[in-house]
Amino acid sequence: MSELEYRYASAVKGGLLFMSHVPNIAFGDRVIISDHKNQLRNGQVVMSSNELIMIQVIEGTEDLDLERTWVRFLEKPFEIALSPDVLGRVFNGIGQPKDGRPPLISTLKRNVNGAPVNPAARSYPKEFIQTGISAIDGLNSLVRGQKLPIFTGSGLTHNRLLAQIVRQAKLLGEESGFAIVFAAMGLSYSDTQYYIENFENNGVLGNVVMFINQADDPPLERLILPRAALTVAEYLAFDKDMHVLVILTDMTNYSEALREISTAKGDVPARKGYPGYLYSDLASIYERAGRIKNRHGSITMMPVVSMPSDDITHPIPDLTGYITEGQIVLARELHNQGIYPPIDISPSLSRLMKDGVGRNDTRDDHIRVANQLYAAYAKALEIRNLASIIGAEDLSDIDQHFLDFADQFEKRFIQQKENEERSIFETLNIAWDLLSILPANLLSRVTEEELAKYHRWKERSEV
Amino acid sequence: MAGKLIEINGPLVRAQLEKAVNGEQVSIGQLGIIGEVIGRDGDYSTIQVYEDTESLRPGEEVIALGYPLSVELGPGLLGNIFDGIQRPLETLAKIAGDYIPKGAKVTPLDHKKLWHFKPNSERHEGEKLSGGEILGTVQETESIVHSILVPPNTQGELILLKLEGDYCLDDSIASVQQGKEEKLLYLYHRWPVRQPRPYKVRDHAIAPLITGQRIFDTFFPLLKGGKAAVPGPFGAGKTMVQQQIARWSNADIVIYVGCGERGNELVDILTTFPDIVDPKSKRSLMERTLLVANTSNMPVVAREASIYVGVTIAEYYRDQGLDVVMVADSTSRWAEALREVSGRLGQMPVEEGYPAYLASRLSAFYERAGRVHTLSEQRGSVTLIGAVSPPGGDFSEPVTGHSKEIVQTFWALSKELADARHYPSVSWTESFSGYVNTAAKWWVKQTDQEWLQLRNDALTLLSRDTELMRIVNLVGPEALSPEQRWIIDGANLIKEGVLQQSALDDVDSYASPEKQYLLLKIMMLIYNRGVDLLKLEVPVQELNRLSIMGKAKRCKSTYSSEQTQGLRDFINAINQVFDQLEHTYSENLHKV
Ligand SMILES: Nc1ncnc2c1ncn2[C@@H]1O[C@H](COP(=O)(O)OP(=O)(O)O)[C@@H](O)[C@H]1O
Ligand SMILES: [Mg+2]
Repeated sequence: MSELEYRYASAVKGGLLFMSHVPNIAFGDRVIISDHKNQLRNGQVVMSSNELIMIQVIEGTEDLDLERTWVRFLEKPFEIALSPDVLGRVFNGIGQPKDGRPPLISTLKRNVNGAPVNPAARSYPKEFIQTGISAIDGLNSLVRGQKLPIFTGSGLTHNRLLAQIVRQAKLLGEESGFAIVFAAMGLSYSDTQYYIENFENNGVLGNVVMFINQADDPPLERLILPRAALTVAEYLAFDKDMHVLVILTDMTNYSEALREISTAKGDVPARKGYPGYLYSDLASIYERAGRIKNRHGSITMMPVVSMPSDDITHPIPDLTGYITEGQIVLARELHNQGIYPPIDISPSLSRLMKDGVGRNDTRDDHIRVANQLYAAYAKALEIRNLASIIGAEDLSDIDQHFLDFADQFEKRFIQQKENEERSIFETLNIAWDLLSILPANLLSRVTEEELAKYHRWKERSEV
Repeated sequence: MAGKLIEINGPLVRAQLEKAVNGEQVSIGQLGIIGEVIGRDGDYSTIQVYEDTESLRPGEEVIALGYPLSVELGPGLLGNIFDGIQRPLETLAKIAGDYIPKGAKVTPLDHKKLWHFKPNSERHEGEKLSGGEILGTVQETESIVHSILVPPNTQGELILLKLEGDYCLDDSIASVQQGKEEKLLYLYHRWPVRQPRPYKVRDHAIAPLITGQRIFDTFFPLLKGGKAAVPGPFGAGKTMVQQQIARWSNADIVIYVGCGERGNELVDILTTFPDIVDPKSKRSLMERTLLVANTSNMPVVAREASIYVGVTIAEYYRDQGLDVVMVADSTSRWAEALREVSGRLGQMPVEEGYPAYLASRLSAFYERAGRVHTLSEQRGSVTLIGAVSPPGGDFSEPVTGHSKEIVQTFWALSKELADARHYPSVSWTESFSGYVNTAAKWWVKQTDQEWLQLRNDALTLLSRDTELMRIVNLVGPEALSPEQRWIIDGANLIKEGVLQQSALDDVDSYASPEKQYLLLKIMMLIYNRGVDLLKLEVPVQELNRLSIMGKAKRCKSTYSSEQTQGLRDFINAINQVFDQLEHTYSENLHKV
């Protein structure tokens, strides 16, 4: 393949390099830029005509000297080499080694953008994963092949929660864990270290592939990074039959990089300066999770999304929620009360729970108990709110029970230790303990048989 | 006509292509990627491309194809899943594997499959035929007879109509003399998607679309031929609403358009529908269903097309005298696709980046709903139901706002209700239906004279509850009189016993009109009899302790639509309990 080299850079602007009169360059192709210090930078063609080419420069366009800049067109898109040796390796955002070892050698290379999965080729994810965390397993269950993000805020304990999930996640009755693809975008040094040490301590490093772009690495690298990571995940899952857990952190940093470049390109913004195509762009990442018919492996995805100013309606969490199969939301209020994990039940949701739990997967009453807890907690929060206005003394007996329920629910169900692994049956039993604080006539989400079997209101009231 | 590519900029490209017509399809480059001309400027055409433009380069050949985006209409549509430009995805998966390749060329329908054609016995040679008339029928699935129509723009003397027998789509089954030409007719024809199919006249919608969902059928009904919008923040239940309607509504044909949403939601339908029995035909649901899918990771320009592909197929079945429902999840993604193209064209945005023509495009789309007399004088209808995904759940945004002005039925989903797992999370304060009076005529015939009164009383109870809760939240429950507290309890009966309906509950996922009516009657009966008892100074707490209170809320999951006798018996039981109480307390009162 001929590689074309030119020196016609005509302008630079905010991460973009413009070249005039370079004919027949393919849209999306990769380029290598050699600056006046002979340092190499990477780029990608984001607009192409015979008169003008627009190149997005990953490392940025800072102090490029147009007269002394050479651009080499590689005549191929961004690709990543794939082989089983990828496990245990560490790369930067564009797939270059970051662990001091030589690049991966393989004849198998794939375009990092992938191609859309044919919906008719997908199979529906429904195998329950036990994370050992009650607020997830009991109320927002995760299944193999699901994309379930964690919505968080600065300073909240999402890293610890994710590390706990990575440690504990397994199928009921199976020990085999996951291969992990860890994609860090704009992560701080200490957070990165935290994950690496965790993988090390669990002895799983050999089963992890890391793509790392830290806070001080080039922002535009974050645009390629999740795609490279997912290309590896797809390879492991669908070529190599592995169950892969992909962690993408933090998608807010990713989206900010996208805003940076779209602003430079002059794209019409939709909300808060983010481009109108942010939705489709995020979807092209998130939709790569899932299962495929007649393939053994799977891609389960847990992206981390920081909510700027804890605002869930901010475009990044909002559009994410519209694409992913639910969300686990962390709350500052719970965190400040010292509750770990500070999972805010109300806005949290797992859309795939309905097909992954129940008689054949966990326990018959699971989904109804979950709905009942939700309904009761929602009611209890209303009453707590009321109590804060009129004082708890003026509440009825029943309302007092609800207050008690809310407190215990937070302390005994949501709260647990970082090394505490609860089986789903333990979780459901705690749930019934809590529901027994309330009289049966108010529990219309569960069946009479279930009440007869698990509900112990009478015994309590006698005490 | 051929030209060459000049510029590639995301999903939009420019080509030097003389005399291309706006809307014309073009084939681009070696792979033959398909696009559509959306603007002309001298010799230059602006083209929106239905597939990923990566790797295209200036100088590549562009060929104008001479026709607009069209669909194939004929037997073989049902049970299928198509992409946004009607490529059959199952076939594509077979020939190309798990991922959708660029430039794949497959005909939408299987042209080699044989169909058993029965000519219409009323047709005779020499007869003057015009568009929309019925040439014969094909049993497309066990439950659906597919009428083979003369294409709308064709007319002339019938020269030949083939005998009953097996034909594939490539065999002509008839011919007509059109002017000087003999025109061959087939089991299928093509139709441009952006052009509504013609009909004789529009008629009033008269019958409710029964969805089996109480909050819709009883409270905010939709008619066959009507238009509805379902706005709601993420996770509120829009997709479940659409799926429930696809499952249970009493339409003949259901078209499910997954527009910019999740791939797994389509898989859900593809894997569960074949095993669900249609309450109406008693056959597999998949026999009356077809899907159009442009999932969120598929190219955005084909997203805009997918809605038109869906509605054109809907009109085609309407023209056969059938009642068709099309659900579109989500119209917001379609609007965003419009926005993306208009933005790249440099058109002036008016609100949140949307072009000025958003409102007119939306209403032109919904205008394709309706009940009509077809060209062959049958009655058919298209019902359109669009989900709306407002950013941040804010209903004041443009797509929700415009949709609200266009539709007659508005099912507003509420985050608060969804967070409390009150499903369907349809807000009874923000939703509306302009079809209540028409629907009432049907309901009164099906159930009881008191139906409209019951419905209105229940809504009144709910709105009084809302007011009272406002007071409670200011000063606490102690401030309420017993009658007022009973209103709150009565409203809870309605909410839990009638409005809440889990799609996941096998017994209650579908509720027949009779069951809907009886449940409403039960809750209102308890409330009304309670009001009488309060006058006898029965304490509210005592009413609340009655075991029928818990039972009433569980009735919906205890008795299926086939077991309505159980509900009638329960009504008697309620009356007995209250008679008893009334007796005791009126005696007490007398003693005093
Ligand atoms: N009618 C319903 N019955 C039971 N569960 C429901 C219902 N509607 C919604 N849900 C629950 O809410 C979740 C989200 O609903 P969905 O329709 O996917 O929301 P949206 O499309 O608005 O984002 C579902 O996965 C399901 O768990
Ligand atoms: Mg949805």
